[in-house]
Amino acid sequence: MQLAVWTYEGPPHVGAMRVATAMEGLHYVLHAPQGDTYADLLFTMIERRAKRPPVTYTTFEARDLGKDTAQLFQDAAREAVARFAPEAIIVGASCTAELIQDDPGGLAEAMGLPVPAIPLELPSYSRKENWGAAETFYQIVRTLADRSLTRPPRAGRPARANILGPTALGFRHRDDLVEVRKILDCLGVEVNLVAPLGARPRDIAHIGAADFNIVLYPEIADEAARWLERTFAQPAVRTVPIGVGATRSFIAEVAELAGADPTPALGDTSSRLPWWSRSVDSTYLTGKRVFIFGDATHAIAAARIARKELGFEVCGLGCYNREFARDLRAEAAACGVEPLITDDHLAVEEAIAAAAPELVLGTQMERHIAKRLGLPCAVISAPVHVQDFPARHSPQMGFEGANVIFDTWVHPLVMGLEEHLLTMFREDFEFADEAGPSHLAAHSPRAPGGSRAASTPAPAHEAAPAPGPAPAAPEPAPADTGGPVWTAEAERELKKIPFFVRGKARRNTEAFAAAEGRSAIDLDTLYEAKAHYAR
Amino acid sequence: MSALDLLEGCAAPVAPTAADPARAVLRERGQREVFCGLTGIIWLHRKMQDAFFLVVGSRTCAHLLQSAAGVMIFAEPRFATAILEERDLAGMADAQDELDRVVARLLARRPDIRTLFLVGSCPSEVIKLDLAKAAERLGARYLPEVRILNYSGSGIETTFTQGEDACLAALVPDMPALAPDAPAELLIVGALPDIVEDQFLRVFAAMGIERVRVLPARSARDLPAVGPGTRFLLAQPFLGATAMALEARGAQRIAALFPFGAEGTADWLRAAARAFGIAPEVAERVIAPGAERARRALARLRPELEGKRITFLPDSQLEVPLARFLQDELGMELVEVGTPYLHRAHLAPELARLAPGVRLAEGQHVERQLDRVRADRPDITVCGLGLANPLEAEGLTTKWAIELVFSPIHGFDQAADLAELFARPLRRHALLEV
Repeated sequence: MQLAVWTYEGPPHVGAMRVATAMEGLHYVLHAPQGDTYADLLFTMIERRAKRPPVTYTTFEARDLGKDTAQLFQDAAREAVARFAPEAIIVGASCTAELIQDDPGGLAEAMGLPVPAIPLELPSYSRKENWGAAETFYQIVRTLADRSLTRPPRAGRPARANILGPTALGFRHRDDLVEVRKILDCLGVEVNLVAPLGARPRDIAHIGAADFNIVLYPEIADEAARWLERTFAQPAVRTVPIGVGATRSFIAEVAELAGADPTPALGDTSSRLPWWSRSVDSTYLTGKRVFIFGDATHAIAAARIARKELGFEVCGLGCYNREFARDLRAEAAACGVEPLITDDHLAVEEAIAAAAPELVLGTQMERHIAKRLGLPCAVISAPVHVQDFPARHSPQMGFEGANVIFDTWVHPLVMGLEEHLLTMFREDFEFADEAGPSHLAAHSPRAPGGSRAASTPAPAHEAAPAPGPAPAAPEPAPADTGGPVWTAEAERELKKIPFFVRGKARRNTEAFAAAEGRSAIDLDTLYEAKAHYAR
Repeated sequence: MSALDLLEGCAAPVAPTAADPARAVLRERGQREVFCGLTGIIWLHRKMQDAFFLVVGSRTCAHLLQSAAGVMIFAEPRFATAILEERDLAGMADAQDELDRVVARLLARRPDIRTLFLVGSCPSEVIKLDLAKAAERLGARYLPEVRILNYSGSGIETTFTQGEDACLAALVPDMPALAPDAPAELLIVGALPDIVEDQFLRVFAAMGIERVRVLPARSARDLPAVGPGTRFLLAQPFLGATAMALEARGAQRIAALFPFGAEGTADWLRAAARAFGIAPEVAERVIAPGAERARRALARLRPELEGKRITFLPDSQLEVPLARFLQDELGMELVEVGTPYLHRAHLAPELARLAPGVRLAEGQHVERQLDRVRADRPDITVCGLGLANPLEAEGLTTKWAIELVFSPIHGFDQAADLAELFARPLRRHALLEV
């Protein structure tokens, strides 16, 4: 048993729902007890879909167990086919139905339904959401693809590609697709099929007609792409075009496979990230320590952008999906950090606190961890909440995606000029500790010492501490840790350091003092530590 | 009867109720678009501040709690899931050992926990993991510091608010006995927001009912006593099992309308006053100002709601009393009132008030029910979040039902807030020009 409050991924049948909901003309008959319909609201609320997911739940109850659950399944399947007239159905069990062993696949087959029924084996007690989506998509492709299809010779016709991977409830899948289509247009590549998003079962039959595949989201499409590689000899583009560099590589790869000239696509002038990043206001971004966590694909892409396109230092890199851990390990090695492969959010929180980053890039969970720790943060990966299914166009992929990423990541940071002013005027009351960092203004003022207790903003100017009961000290000395003790003079000096770097200065100094075996931190220790950590 | 008949469900629609022998109830079976009882944990853990809820279930259960709890999940909530893994399914003894390990780890991390609920789920029940035995074993180890109880919040046993019923029913056997010669005590049953609970306690005090306790109390360890001297008032309509458990210990239920709106609240308070022999004029003196305030506040909203047609899809069992309130106090027309489960005895006074033409439905076959909604085209449909946006997209105005469970809606001073919850979607619908 694993103790969990928060999970990065849902169960595998939610992955299957993401595929079914993405498609048209496909219905999912899910053997599941009452209550599993909760997953519908992920689609209707978080993604704000205007239609119910195409899922029929059998809704078995305790009194059905051991007698007619199989019959219940068959009735539900028959009724769903009659009512929704799908071109194909997928059938499977949720975690509870997996235990009662009704075999939805066998039951559906025995019914002689007028449409193909694709059985899904989704082991709920060992696998998770992304795996479920990948497996479902693979089974759909394997069952519905017309294997007799042969591609006409390439001469005299444009190249054709499948775009594989976008689903329902995918982080920015809708807009990524727009950007990738733009690139393909520019290269003169025809889109044979986009799947699962928007595809119909009968479209899947023609999947073999493409010359190659574009694996947009490996977590979902890689399994199917590998089968297509074997079955139809379709090579796959596996570079994920997130970031300017990756987009350029992607264009080059696609152009190569399509026999097209990449120049028009590469010459796209809509890419502003390179200039924004070179403009002098961005100089302060140099070496900013960034902690990155998410699904492997987005985390790896983010690490490359951070290092090579924004000049950050990656101080932590991890992912929650073990299936792609190998790729992430390689990237972590390139960043010179230990990879963090875990689905335990407490482990992620510990790692973030230990790395002391200046920016966190992660999922909804890291957003909250960062809020707790008083750190700036931007969201780069699912799971995400409703605000990350925005109304406006906000891709992550392609050149426009790079623009979006620049803005999204830099906004939570104090801008260069703003940071300079804050340092100059730090004695002014607007910039006193209790005012909190301006970029976190939407949240409550930073509580003393980063504790989670809500605090009312204290009277701002505390240059001359009043006698009597002092207000809560902004940075309580960590007396309980048994570490070195700060002298009053050093403590006062520490307070002269701008608040947004003070936490790091304190940690560095304490680490330095501990390493040196000093029991007290005085002015000298403070400045020696500063010299020690100077970059 | 074949399973198909069960799915078809409404083959035998007429089930006369005790209150109204003529009233037909449409009983349906099929896909239910409802939450399971685990969801009750979301509000129960806010109410019982020393309690922790450990669901023994699957990743699905954890995912459901996370989806239902929204941002609460980030605030060190007092609930968690022990997620069953493949190796737990192999053998029973192993699963019990694993549970001991998880509980030990949890209690070491959270020394503030005084009551731990082991909450059963569909997977734990299907594999017949004996949580009662586990609670007993662990209870022996951790008492007196921590009391360990168990109940089922599974979807195969419970619908949404029934999770609270199962939880409270699990507390009843641990309630101390009220001395046989002790004076009568009033027990308010059902988790209410603190502000509402305080309002009610003030009213009962003003009437002169001296001994009033609540179940659940803000501290789960602070269990009220129960015995033949106990008279209890249900604050919620979904507490069938809890009422039965209390009655088994000699307590007597005070029949009343549920305390929604001016009339419901007044009736509920009056019923208690009668049971405690409070002179009617004393009770009225206490009740009148609140009732009058509620009526004044409701009068302002009445023009927006009067004559509007409303359908309730099944969700929480609050549907019947809320429908009665909207019909009687705001002049709304009830089209269909669906409820996951109809407790005929507890709802008898409510049912007696519903207009004869109202279509009552128990259980659900969601596709057929939606067909009826589309045919009826009510002005407003109360439904869950899985259905609300899809119905809005079809041009129907909806009110999402879960808010009715999470907002303070009971009592005089919340009556207008309750009406506002229904008025707002209609007002918004009229307001938007694009």
